[in-house]
Amino acid sequence: MSGNIQLDAQGRLRHFLTIEGLNRRILTEILDTAESFTGVTAQQVKKVPLLRGKTIVNLFFEPSTRTRTTFELAAKRLSADVLNININASSTTKGETLLDTLRNLEAMHVDMFVVRHAESGAAHFIARHVAPHVSVLNAGDGRHAHPTQAMLDMFTIRRVKGPDFGRLRVAIVGDILHSRVARSQIHALNLLGAGEVRVIAPKTLIPVDIEKLGVHVFHRLEEGIQDVDVIIMLRLQRERMQGALLPSEHEYFRLFGVTEEKLARARPDVTIMHPGPINRGVEMESRVADGPRSVILQQVGHGIAVRMAVMSLAMRAGGVPDEEREAS
Amino acid sequence: MSDIEDLYIPALLDDMAEALERLLEARGIDNPAMVGIHTGGVWIADELHRRLGLEEPLGTLDISFYRDDFTRIGMNPQVRPSSLPFNVDDRHLVLVDDILHTGRTIRAAMNELFDYGRPASILLAVLAERSGRELPIEANVAGLHLDLAPHQHVKLEGPESLRLEVRETR
Repeated sequence: MSGNIQLDAQGRLRHFLTIEGLNRRILTEILDTAESFTGVTAQQVKKVPLLRGKTIVNLFFEPSTRTRTTFELAAKRLSADVLNININASSTTKGETLLDTLRNLEAMHVDMFVVRHAESGAAHFIARHVAPHVSVLNAGDGRHAHPTQAMLDMFTIRRVKGPDFGRLRVAIVGDILHSRVARSQIHALNLLGAGEVRVIAPKTLIPVDIEKLGVHVFHRLEEGIQDVDVIIMLRLQRERMQGALLPSEHEYFRLFGVTEEKLARARPDVTIMHPGPINRGVEMESRVADGPRSVILQQVGHGIAVRMAVMSLAMRAGGVPDEEREAS
Repeated sequence: MSDIEDLYIPALLDDMAEALERLLEARGIDNPAMVGIHTGGVWIADELHRRLGLEEPLGTLDISFYRDDFTRIGMNPQVRPSSLPFNVDDRHLVLVDDILHTGRTIRAAMNELFDYGRPASILLAVLAERSGRELPIEANVAGLHLDLAPHQHVKLEGPESLRLEVRETR
């Protein structure tokens, strides 16, 4: 899938659909912009007038309270008007129905769609069909990508570990096979020049060609977390337990659950991340989740700043080139 | 324009600090908080802050998120976080910028300040005020008055050795 649809004629972000096809300059720009938005929460009025008069629609074909809430809050902190539309995915699985929905909303002069859909490629499809001034952000599509989640993780890593990704060893633990987040994280870590990216999971939960992405695969947690600086946990979808992919929660925790005891093999200053909500006693024990090395709650706050950054950068597309700007 | 570019900025800053002190005294303000606007305004504010011997740390504003031309020209690619290390409510503030031109930057800065609280008053000090005002905003203290044509652009270079530069932009 070409990443070029994401950029305007000047190579600036217009849609944010996937990390693939972007470059380090754009990712760094997102992180830098997010950094400057963290100050907004210090204001009495937690709002900047940047997107005043713009309309952003959260178009969710798949339920998600947490992601939708942070997108909504991000848009509101930028002073945009926000509309939340939840659509039952089953009634719109055909492309034509999706387009009808889109055209209807476009007629209301929407400036940006934030799209979540159970099918991979849904956000791309919408981006290809929107009017030229409209931006599309992918809030998760099937197993494909969840780029803002990946960027908030990168933002968290940069804040905790500093800007030099080259000296970092990062391990992603959990259901890599079904995770759109893992895919986006691997691409982002590669673009930012991470020293080493590892994935740790049972054989049944690792895609066959994952090594093409330049990651090292481990099937034993104890080996995989040896000397790592960052551990990113993925959420284990409990419905997968019903299939033959996993033996049992108890068994998973025994083999892949992160405990203080197992953490002794990682670096002493290892940072523990998780997109939430945590399955305590399955993905990790509470001592780890609530411990001093966990940054899980910081990640939530960072999610708002990162989404504000992506929204404002995408809205700038089509304007005059940066070099022609003049301060007044 | 070489006469502008040869100006000795530290002497101007001494004059500004003196004028600011007189003004603060006349208004009965003994403990103002100072706020510089990125980037040049912070350099000037830094100098004034030292000359006035203010104890509280300097506040800095990046008004990129408050500009009125965002939809037209988009966002400044290098935005720094604003930082106001004091409570703005009921404080007397001295807002500092390098060049006062259209007045739009100052309007944006005041909008942002009010999102942090309700200051008791705001004074404006600028290194140079030039012709071309588009809003009813004037400086309380200005180190220099420049009469420039609309196509002339003046910029402060720094921060090691502060220097004004005039460019023709046609």
